[in-house]
Amino acid sequence: MKRFSLSRFFWSRFIAVALKEFIQMRRDRLTFAMMVGIPLMQLGLFGFAINTDPKHLPTAVINTDQSEFSRTFLASLKNSGYFDLVRVTESEAEANQLIASGAVQFVVNIPLGFSRDLLRAQHPTILVEADASDPSATSNAIAALNELARSALSHDLKGSASVAAGGANAIDLIIHRRYNPEGITQYNIVPGLMGVILTMTMIMMTGLAMTRERERGTMEHLLAMPVNPLEVMLGKIMPYIFVGYIQVLLTLLISTQVFHVPIQGSLWLLLVCVLLFIAANLSVGMLFSTIARNQMQAMQMTFFFFLPSMLLSGFMFPFRGMPVWAQHLGEVLPLTHFLRLVRGILLKGNGLMQTLPHLWPLLLFMLVVIAIGLKRFKRTLD
Amino acid sequence: MSMDVAIDVHGLTKSFDGKRVVNNLTLQVSRGEIFGFLGPNGSGKTTSIRMLCGLLIPDAGSGRCLDYDVIRETAQIKREIGYMTQRFSLYEDLSVRENLDFVARIYGVPNRAKVVAAALERLGLAHRRDQLAGTLSGGWKQRLALAATTLHNPKLLLLDEPTAGVDPKARRDFWLAIHQLAAEGITVLVSTHYMDEAERCHRLAYLSYGQILTQGTPSEVAAGSGLATWIVTGTALMQLAETLQGLPGVAQVVPFGGALHVSGSDTAQLDAALEPFQSRSDLSWTRAEPSLEDVFIQLVSAAGERAA
Ligand SMILES: Nc1ncnc2c1ncn2[C@@H]1O[C@H](COP(=O)(O)OP(=O)(O)O)[C@@H](O)[C@H]1O
Ligand SMILES: [Mg+2]
Repeated sequence: MKRFSLSRFFWSRFIAVALKEFIQMRRDRLTFAMMVGIPLMQLGLFGFAINTDPKHLPTAVINTDQSEFSRTFLASLKNSGYFDLVRVTESEAEANQLIASGAVQFVVNIPLGFSRDLLRAQHPTILVEADASDPSATSNAIAALNELARSALSHDLKGSASVAAGGANAIDLIIHRRYNPEGITQYNIVPGLMGVILTMTMIMMTGLAMTRERERGTMEHLLAMPVNPLEVMLGKIMPYIFVGYIQVLLTLLISTQVFHVPIQGSLWLLLVCVLLFIAANLSVGMLFSTIARNQMQAMQMTFFFFLPSMLLSGFMFPFRGMPVWAQHLGEVLPLTHFLRLVRGILLKGNGLMQTLPHLWPLLLFMLVVIAIGLKRFKRTLD
Repeated sequence: MSMDVAIDVHGLTKSFDGKRVVNNLTLQVSRGEIFGFLGPNGSGKTTSIRMLCGLLIPDAGSGRCLDYDVIRETAQIKREIGYMTQRFSLYEDLSVRENLDFVARIYGVPNRAKVVAAALERLGLAHRRDQLAGTLSGGWKQRLALAATTLHNPKLLLLDEPTAGVDPKARRDFWLAIHQLAAEGITVLVSTHYMDEAERCHRLAYLSYGQILTQGTPSEVAAGSGLATWIVTGTALMQLAETLQGLPGVAQVVPFGGALHVSGSDTAQLDAALEPFQSRSDLSWTRAEPSLEDVFIQLVSAAGERAA
């Protein structure tokens, strides 16, 4: 096989392919609608519907201390928005039954003598049982609880017992729950979605781009012309980089305007990292399209790659919570590194130095995939 | 090798899934010639053409196309040939002009805009330049494909069944265009399964089951067949055809319009067999050169008998 060389007509041919793809993309309304529709849909689903900051969680209260203080505490629970007091009882057994069956997420137990101990500054205990089988579902509510314990009663106690309480926490709050290594919040998910969206659409679009040529019979003419694999590949990738940036800007816009995700770091640095990530995904799509025989297979391969990307990159589950083998696998995936990049830049304000360790794995990944793709690219119809 | 030869290949062979689709193809095509590549569907025409332009790698055989090696120098070959595929292979979602522009860029054609405009004008496509290629009718698609194939002034055109499924007027126009191109010095190899198009070629080869059965100029092919033919006109020809079919020395009886072509490869035997019928007053007999169609039918049935 001949070596690929940058011939005199490299640019002309590269531009020819890129222009052609642009025009075709513009004419393909459905695809174009999908490019914009997918980010909107995903952001809607993950940002609103799949809410990992759930509120109005059903809560049972065991209140054996019918006092002004306990009523105030319960009122502030309700006002926090996280807790819906669906049942107030004096029976511990009933409350246990409710949490076991899943009817309530929390049981708040206000013990007998709560107000008496409070007034004597003896730090009464409130026990909160949390159904943490879905840890991310309760973590924010628990955080709110801690805050409540500090502030809820301060007004009621002012003048009367605040001196006795000594300014410290008036109540001891005991929470039973499971440990959750990385609390997932919308701040975490929304920037991550940018990577998920790009992974899915970029791979799929390029995967289809080449198989479409084969299915429509245009491949034969393309191959009969003096165009080499590098020119075809780069030419086909080019327009999708443009599309990728549209998706990124759309995601950023929604993230900041609707979900109020902060941009702590440099936007320009982020856009540079995005370029590398988009190119890495496009090269995967190109590789798939050299293997797939038709558009259906290209779609299947896309999902074959997309699923582990979702599951092992730290998007769905906290990365450090995964078994070691899964972490190793995850380290290979571009999305893993991109998530660290985008979260680092947006949320932690990371600069170039902190991003470099995640940039080179992306670059390496892309170069390897392009090399395999070029090797696999068939110049004949055999 | 001589500069007068555009294609010179020997023993090209190609199998798919163990089935030999092209067998030992040996072919010489001179520069400036219109070479017809005839054969029924599935005889291996497309496969042969694809081997000539580097789209398929032959299992065996060697040769040169425009003085480049057909196996090692496919990149050079691709630059100097124009290949029109059997199935329309331009982009249906690009307009006529965009398609031509794309092709011109790929070949690095100088003065691209001018060349494209001229091609549109020459092929009468100018008023359809902004129409999507997918919405063109068969004949117009053909014209567009030919225009795209000739934009870069190729030295050799490989046209794979360019007239299949095109109406007769468009077919005639298309052949006119091919002859004009040949007059400009371009070599044209054109495949077809229409036997009547054989007569329009300078030279031709007849392919059946991946094998060349005969090649030469139309008259060489006719003469070389050794076929003797009588043309009969008259009444009740179909009954006559049935009677003649089984006679010794009669190889084939084929109706042509209002006449029957009766042929055999042994003149004496054929004449003897027909003798009793030639005195009948309701029939009139004339001796004729065998048509290429007669020759091909004879070749195929002979090859079929040999294979059986
Ligand atoms: N890529 C392929 N894979 C398998 N069989 C093929 C392939 N291409 C052609 N064939 C077979 O080879 C034979 C010759 O095909 P082709 O060269 O297209 O004939 P023609 O162009 O004369 O109609 C046919 O039987 C066809 O089914
Ligand atoms: Mg064919």
